[in-house]
Order: sequence, then C-alpha cells, then structure tokens
Amino acid sequence: MNQLDWGRVLEAIGAGIGYTVGLTVIAFLGGMILGFPVALMRVSRIRALRWIGTAYVEICRGVPVVAWMLLIFYGLADLIGTDPLIAATVALTVVATAYIAENYRAALLHVPLGQWEAAVSLGLTRRQLFWRVIAPQGVTIALAPSATYAIGLLKESAFAAVIGVSDIAFQARTLTQSGQPGLATFAVAGAVYLLLSLPIAAAARTIDRRMRTRSAM
Amino acid sequence: MEFVTDHLPTLLGGLRTSAWLALISIVLGLPCGLLLGLMATSSLAVVRWATLVVVEVFRGIPMLLLVYFVYFGLPGAGLSLAAETALVVSLVVSAAAYTSEIFRAGLLGVARGHREAARSLGLTGFQELRHIVLPQALRAVRLPIISFSVLIFQYTSVGFAIGIPELLSRSYAIGSVTFNYLGVFVLAGVLYATVAIAASGLMHLVRRDRAPQVLPF
Repeated sequence: MNQLDWGRVLEAIGAGIGYTVGLTVIAFLGGMILGFPVALMRVSRIRALRWIGTAYVEICRGVPVVAWMLLIFYGLADLIGTDPLIAATVALTVVATAYIAENYRAALLHVPLGQWEAAVSLGLTRRQLFWRVIAPQGVTIALAPSATYAIGLLKESAFAAVIGVSDIAFQARTLTQSGQPGLATFAVAGAVYLLLSLPIAAAARTIDRRMRTRSAM
Repeated sequence: MEFVTDHLPTLLGGLRTSAWLALISIVLGLPCGLLLGLMATSSLAVVRWATLVVVEVFRGIPMLLLVYFVYFGLPGAGLSLAAETALVVSLVVSAAAYTSEIFRAGLLGVARGHREAARSLGLTGFQELRHIVLPQALRAVRLPIISFSVLIFQYTSVGFAIGIPELLSRSYAIGSVTFNYLGVFVLAGVLYATVAIAASGLMHLVRRDRAPQVLPF
C-alpha cells in the first residue's frame, strides 16, 4: 500500500475547508433569519398560516439533504444557474431554515407564562407584548439549540460534495481517486470535521451556560 | 401525469430498497446503540470514557465521509464490501453512536430509588436491568428513537454516492434519461416526505402529553 503524501493531502483538504465553513456559515445565518418567520407561521392563530408553516417544516425536514442538493442542482438549473456552490447553499439553507424554525417555535412556546401575564397587566398592546417581550426572549432561548444544530449542519454540508462543490469531503474523495490511500485520507478528513465542530460545540456550551445563569436570576 | 404513471413503479421499487436498507440498519443498529448506552453509564470510569470517545468520534463525522471510509477506504485494509453492505455498516455504526446518547439519557432518567429498591429486594444486577431499569428506560426513549429511525431512512439516500439503486439513484437515472430532473426529484421528495410525515403522525399518536401548539393570544 502506498504512503500518505501528507503535504498534498493537507493542502487539498485545507483548500476544501473554506467551502465547508462558508457553506455552513451562510446556511446557518440564512436559517436563523428565515427560520423566524416560518416559526411565527407555525404558532400563528391563523389556521392557514399555521398550515403553510407546518407544511414547510415537515417537507423540508422529511426530504434528505442529498435529495435537496440534487433537486436544486439538476432541477432548478434554469432558475439559479449551474454553479454547484449556489445550489448547495440554497439546499442547505432550505433545510436549516426548517430545523431552526422548530427551535424558534419551541422557544416561543416556552417563554414563561408569567412574562405574558406581566406584559398584559402592564397594559402593553398585543403587538408590543410580542415584539418587546416574547420575541426577544424566544430568540435568546433558541440560540443554544441552534448552535448545537450548527454542528449537524457542518456535517450535512459534506453532501455538497455529491454535486461537485470542492469541500473537504470532495477533496478527500478526489485525493483517493488520484492514488492517496483511502483509510488515511478519509481519517484525516474526518479529523478535520471533528476539529471544526469543536469551536461550535464550545460556543453552544457557553451560550447554554449563560442562559441558565441568566434565567436563574 | 403520464410522467408520474410511467416512472412511479421504478421509484416505488427504489423506495422499497431504501426501506429495506433502513430496516436492516435499524434492527442491527439499535441493539448496538443500547449496548453502547449501557457502557456509557457503566460504573467503570474506563469503560465510560472509552465509550464516550468512540461515540463522539462517530457522531462527529459526516455520514458521507463515513460511507466513503467504509466503501472506498476499507478495501485498502483488505476488506472489500459490496456497496449495500458498506452502506448498512456505515448506517449501523452511525445509528449505534447516535442512539447510544438517547439510550444513555433514558437509562440515567430512571429514578435512583427504583434501582435502590431493586437492590434491597435482592435482585441481581441483570434482573434489576431486565425488570426495573430497561422497561422504564425503553419506554422513555421511544419517541426520539422513532424520530432517529426516520433519519436513518433518510440517510439511505447516501447510497446515491456509491451507486446503490435506492430511491435517489433511480430518480437520478430517470432524470438523466428524460431530462425532467425537476419532475422526478419532486416525485422522489414526495415519497421521502410521505414516510417522514407518516412517522411524525405516528409520534403524535404515541405522545400523550401534548405541548401547546399555538401562542396564547
């Protein structure tokens, strides 16, 4: 068996890190922004909106990420062009939006009832009550689970390799096709994903801890 | 419409393959997950730590990379597997790692008093596990286990990357012949989502204490 060419492997995988991280960050931010209105629809009193929100979440989470990648890359080429990076970003954002919307939804429903009662007794209008009292707390509560979800997103981003985005997984596969030993190359790539997830995990823990101390006060 | 009737049988055949791969992986993966969960709650610190390290490593690696590792990497170590076997092995390993965390939480959730009562009644360690701990722990984890099983089903779509004729591969094959990628992937998406939504409905039936579904105004 041939030896691992460390220089080549690290160079190629290093070149893939930018794609992996970029994809993950953009899809995460997109999901954090777009997930909120979806969550609002999910918890709306208006049945039609609730239906749309629920349908979005169930469908987007019910279809595998790889299938989203292929559907958008091959199916929507007329609409968004043939750049796999754009297709992968859209696909990942669509899915992230659904998952993060569920975090927002759970968070909004878990704002303590006392907060509602206090706001009502202070004479806030319904709009003020929601936007000044409930929404800020809901968003904050949703931060910790969403940060944890970001780790999942980092791993899901590897499916972009299937449509040809030169991320870490793609670089690893290409390296093995050009003669690098498979076991070692994929192990290095796996280790890089693990390393990348460490700071996200640390951030998630920090947010979670801060939230707990704050709510204890 | 004709497109649907022409290709639905092929896709349903693919769905059957996906479902089989998922079923085998779940049947093999859950007992492994339970075993790892028991090891993660072992009274021996060495066993506990070793298990947690293994679990974290396999949870931290993207599914695609794990499949690449098993299918393209292991032959370098003299172990060549058929694509289906490679996918099932990857799914089992991954399912074991992920569900061990679910089982661990379930096991730790069993009230300490119940264990102490079992001990003071003179039950052996195995009897305590079999009659006191497991019935409660397994009941507590049934919902997350169902929802993880759906994820396993979704991850069978990684079979596309290594040429297994499951639902996604067959959809792609139809797309590349008819050039109606959008149509065929939407159809595949409907099939995937149907399975997920059916499972989600099942979970609603199983769950008795339903959280509030709408904001209180």
